[in-house]
Amino acid sequence: MTIREAFSRLRSFFGQGRIDQDLDAELAAHIELAVEENLKRGMPADEARRNALLQFGGVQMAKELHRESRGLPAFDSILLDLRYTFRQLRRDSGFTTFAILIVGLGIGASSTVFSVVNTLLIRPLPFREPERLVWISNHDETSGLSGQTTQVGHFVDLREQNRSFDDIAAYFAFYGVGDNKLTGDGEPERLSGVPVSGNFFQLLGIQPELGRLFTAEECKWNGPKAVLLSHGLWVRRFASDRGIVGRALTLNDEPVTVVGVLPASFDFASVFAPGSHMDLYFPFPLTAETNRWGNTLAIIGRLKPGVALKTAQAESTILSGQFTREHNRDRNDFAARLSFLSEHVSGRIRPALFVLACAVGVVMLIVCANLSNLLLARTAARQKEIAIRTALGAGRGRLIRQMLTESVVLSGCAAVFALILAVAGTSGLSRLDAFAIPLLQNVRTDATALAFTLLVALLTGLIFGLMPALSTPAAALHDALKDTSRSSTAGKSRAWIRSALVVSEVAFACVLLVGAGLLIRSFLRVLDVNMGFRPERAATVRVDPGPQYSTQAQQNVYFDEVLRRVRDVPGILSAGLTDALPLGRNRSWGVTAKGHTYEAGQYPDAFVRVVSDGYVAAMGIPLREGRDLSVRDTPSTEQVMLVNETMARTLWPGENAIGQILRADRDRRVVGIVADVRHLALERGAGLEMYLPIRQCPDRSSADLVVRTTLPPAELASAVRIALKPIEPNLPGKDFRTLQQLVDKAVSPRRFVVLLLGGFALFAVILASLGIYGVISYSVNQRTQEIGIRMALGASAGDLQLRIVMQTLRLAAIGMLLGVVASWALARALTGLLFGVTPADPVTFIGMMILLTVVAATAGYLPARRASRIDPTVALRVN
Amino acid sequence: MWYSHRNMAQTKLDLLKGTLDVMVLQTLATMGSLHGYGIARRIEQTSGDQILLNQGTIYASLVRLQHRGWISAEWGTSDNNRKAKFYSITRRGRKQLDADAAYWRRLANVMGRVLAAAHGGRNP
Repeated sequence: MTIREAFSRLRSFFGQGRIDQDLDAELAAHIELAVEENLKRGMPADEARRNALLQFGGVQMAKELHRESRGLPAFDSILLDLRYTFRQLRRDSGFTTFAILIVGLGIGASSTVFSVVNTLLIRPLPFREPERLVWISNHDETSGLSGQTTQVGHFVDLREQNRSFDDIAAYFAFYGVGDNKLTGDGEPERLSGVPVSGNFFQLLGIQPELGRLFTAEECKWNGPKAVLLSHGLWVRRFASDRGIVGRALTLNDEPVTVVGVLPASFDFASVFAPGSHMDLYFPFPLTAETNRWGNTLAIIGRLKPGVALKTAQAESTILSGQFTREHNRDRNDFAARLSFLSEHVSGRIRPALFVLACAVGVVMLIVCANLSNLLLARTAARQKEIAIRTALGAGRGRLIRQMLTESVVLSGCAAVFALILAVAGTSGLSRLDAFAIPLLQNVRTDATALAFTLLVALLTGLIFGLMPALSTPAAALHDALKDTSRSSTAGKSRAWIRSALVVSEVAFACVLLVGAGLLIRSFLRVLDVNMGFRPERAATVRVDPGPQYSTQAQQNVYFDEVLRRVRDVPGILSAGLTDALPLGRNRSWGVTAKGHTYEAGQYPDAFVRVVSDGYVAAMGIPLREGRDLSVRDTPSTEQVMLVNETMARTLWPGENAIGQILRADRDRRVVGIVADVRHLALERGAGLEMYLPIRQCPDRSSADLVVRTTLPPAELASAVRIALKPIEPNLPGKDFRTLQQLVDKAVSPRRFVVLLLGGFALFAVILASLGIYGVISYSVNQRTQEIGIRMALGASAGDLQLRIVMQTLRLAAIGMLLGVVASWALARALTGLLFGVTPADPVTFIGMMILLTVVAATAGYLPARRASRIDPTVALRVN
Repeated sequence: MWYSHRNMAQTKLDLLKGTLDVMVLQTLATMGSLHGYGIARRIEQTSGDQILLNQGTIYASLVRLQHRGWISAEWGTSDNNRKAKFYSITRRGRKQLDADAAYWRRLANVMGRVLAAAHGGRNP
C-alpha cells in the first residue's frame, strides 16, 4: 500500500458517514439509469426495475466491498468489537462493576507495590552516578553504631593513601534527633542536624539550590560557624526567603551563619536515616580533636571508574589493617568493610519487598482465575447468542477476538481505576514518615509504574480472557440453538475447567494466608517480647543544659533542679535523665573487669548509657539487685555504675557482680544490676549494657528527660513546660514523645509488611470465597432438574444441602492440599523475616485450614440452601 | 478479492483478481468521462456479455482506483438529465494502464503459447 493510498484510506476512515451518503446517492443513480435504459428497450416498468437490481447484484454487498476497499477494515472491525463490547458491558452492569472492582484492586495493589520496589530496589539512588558509591563500615556490622563507625584518623589516612576511590567522604553518625535548638524569630524549635565532612556533597554530586557549600576554613576546628539548610526547613520555617543566605541563626544559643540551602531532591534522612528527617548540615572538622572522640564517622566512597568493589575491598582491608597496627595505642581498630551504597540502604528491606512482590503476583493470579471463572459463566449464559452469531457467519477466530476485546476492555477500565488507587496508594505511602523504611518518601507513580500498570492490565485481560475464549465451542451450534440445552460434553469440560480454577484460587489464597499468618504471628511475638522497659504511660523530652551551664558542677546543679521541679508536678510518678533512649542512638566502649585478664582485641564491648537517679524507675526497667544510682553519686564520691544482667553474667560468671570494680572511662564499682533492655531492636538481644551516673560522667552529647506519669500526653507537656519555665524558658512544645512512639517506629517496617501482606491475604480469601460461591451456584443452576427429580423421589432438603456443601468442601480440600504443600515449600523464603515462629508453624497452618474450610463451607452453603428450596414441580416443568 | 458467484451461469467467465481495475481504466481511457453504470454497461458490451459482472462490485474498484490517484470523480448530469458521479482517468492512471496492458498482453501471450504446446504434446 502506498503512502498516498494509506493516507486516503485513513481520511475515508474518519469520514465514514459522509462517504456512505455519497455512495448511496451514486448507487441510487446507477439503478435509475439502468431502469431507464431497460424501459427504453421496451420492458414493462416492474420488469425493468427487477432486471436492473438483478444486474446490479447485492446492494449491501456492494457497500460492504466499497467500505473494505476504501477504509481500514481491521480498524473497522475493532471499532465494531469495541462498540459491541461496551453495549454488552453496559447491559451487564453488575458483572462489569464487579469485574472492574476486583481487577482494579488487584492491578492497583500490584502497581503500588511495583512503585515501592522500583524506588527501593530498581531505581538508582538520587545521587550522581550512584552505581560507583560505596558504603565503608568498620568491622562490626551487628552491634551498635560504635562498632560500625570509624575514627577520624583512619578516615584521613585512608583518604590519602587509597588508589581505588575518586574520593571518600563521611558524616558524623552520632548526631541526635533534635540536637539543635533554634531560638529567635518565632517559636523555639528543636532541629536535627548532621555534621558532614567538607567534601560530602561534592562526592554525592549535590549542588546547593542557594548559596554555596562549606569552605575549607569552615571545616577547621573552631572555624567560623556555618550551616546549610535543608529545602524543607527553608520552606517551612523561613518561607522560602532567598535572603536567608548570609544571615545568622541562633542555634543552641550561638550565632551560626547560613551559607546555603540544599535542593529539595536531596533527602539525607530517607537514604541514611529512614523514618526521620534532617534540617541542618554542619561542617565536621577532621582534626586531632575530633579524632579523640573515638569511632564517629560513617564513610561513603566513590570508586574510580572501572574499579571493582572487590579490588577496593582488598586494598581497604590491607590499608585498614596497616593503620590499626601502626596506631594500636592511640586509635580504635579499623577493618574496612565495603558494600555498595544501594545495597547498604535497601539491603535489609529487600527480602520483605521480595515477599510483597510475590504476594501481589499471587493476588493477580487469583484475580485472573476469578475473572476467568466469571467470564466462563457468562460465556455459558451467552451460548445462544454466540450460536446465532456463528450461524450468521462469524468465524471462530472472529468470536475469540470479540471475547478478548471484551476482557481487554474490562481490564483497561480496571487499569484506570487501578491508577487512581496506585496514585493514592503511593502518595499515601510516601507521606508515612512514621515508617523507618529507606527512600519511602520518594515513592510515587512515575512513567515506569504507569507503563507497568498498562502492561499488567493488558496481560491480565489476555490471560483471563483467553480461557473462556478458547472454550468457545467450535461447532456446538445445533445444540445451542435448540432450546433444550441439557448438560452436554462441552458443558462438562467447562465445569471441569471452572473447578480447576477454583481449586487453584484456594491454593493461592492458602499460600498468602500462610505467609500473612506467619508474619502476623512474628509481629505479635515481637510486640510481645520483653523489652526490658515498659513503654506505656512514659514520655520523653530533650532538656540539654544551655551554654550558660558550662562546668560539670553547674550542669549538675541544673540536672538536680530539673529533676526536683519535674518530680514536684502532680501526676508524675518518677523522672530521670539519659543520653541514650532505647531503639535510638547507641555507642559502646571496651571494658575490662578488674582482676581478669583479656587478650588484646578480646576486650568486651559494652553499650554506654549516661543516666541519672530515677531513670530506671521512670523507664520501668526492673532493678534486680543492689541499689539505683542516687543524687549523692557526685564527682567527689566513689565512682559507681549499674550493669545489666547479661553483663554481670558475662563478666563475672558464677560470681556476684555487686561490688566488683570495672574499668570503663575510669574504674567504677558496680552498685546495682538491672534487667536487660532491647536497645538496638526489639528482635535483638541486649548485649552488655552499663549505666553511668550523669553527675560523674560529662562525656555525653544530649540529655533526655524521661517521666512516668498518670497524666495524658497533652497535659503532661504543658505541665512539664510550666514546671521547667524558670530554668529552661525555651522548651519546645512539640518535642514530647511517648516511649510507645519510639517502639512503634522501631517495629514500623515489620508493621508495613504485615499490613500489606495481611491486606493481600484478606483480598485473596474474599476472591476465593466468591469464586467458590460462583462455581457452586452455577452448578446448582445447571442441575435444577436433577435436583427436582431427586426431591420428587424423596431426597430431603438436608440431604441435598449436605451433598452440595460436601462438593464445595471437596474442591476446597484439594485446593488446600496443594496450597499447604506450596506454602510449606515457600515459607522457607520467609525465614529471615520471621521472629519466634518456624516456617512450618503448626498454629498458622491449622488456623489457615480452619479459616479456609469455614469460608468455603459458607460460600457453598448459600447456594445449597437455595437449591433445597427448589420446588420439584416447578423444576421439572422448566424446559 | 472475489467478484463473482460460481453457482450462477457457469458459462460466463469469472473475473481474475485485478482484471476489473484494468478494464475500468481501459474503459475510461477510451470513453473519457463516464458514470458507474456507464462503465459497467460498457465492460459488459465490449466483453460480448461473456463475463459475469455484478455491477455493484464496480464501485469498490472505483474507490480503490481513486485512492491510488489513477482516476478522479465529479458529480455531474447525464445525457437524460440525471445527477450521477462521473469518473475520468488521470495522467498517472494512463501510465498505470500502459504498464498493466503490457503485462496482461504478455501474460495472455504466454498462456496461449503454453496451452498450445500442451495441446501439441497430447496429439503427436
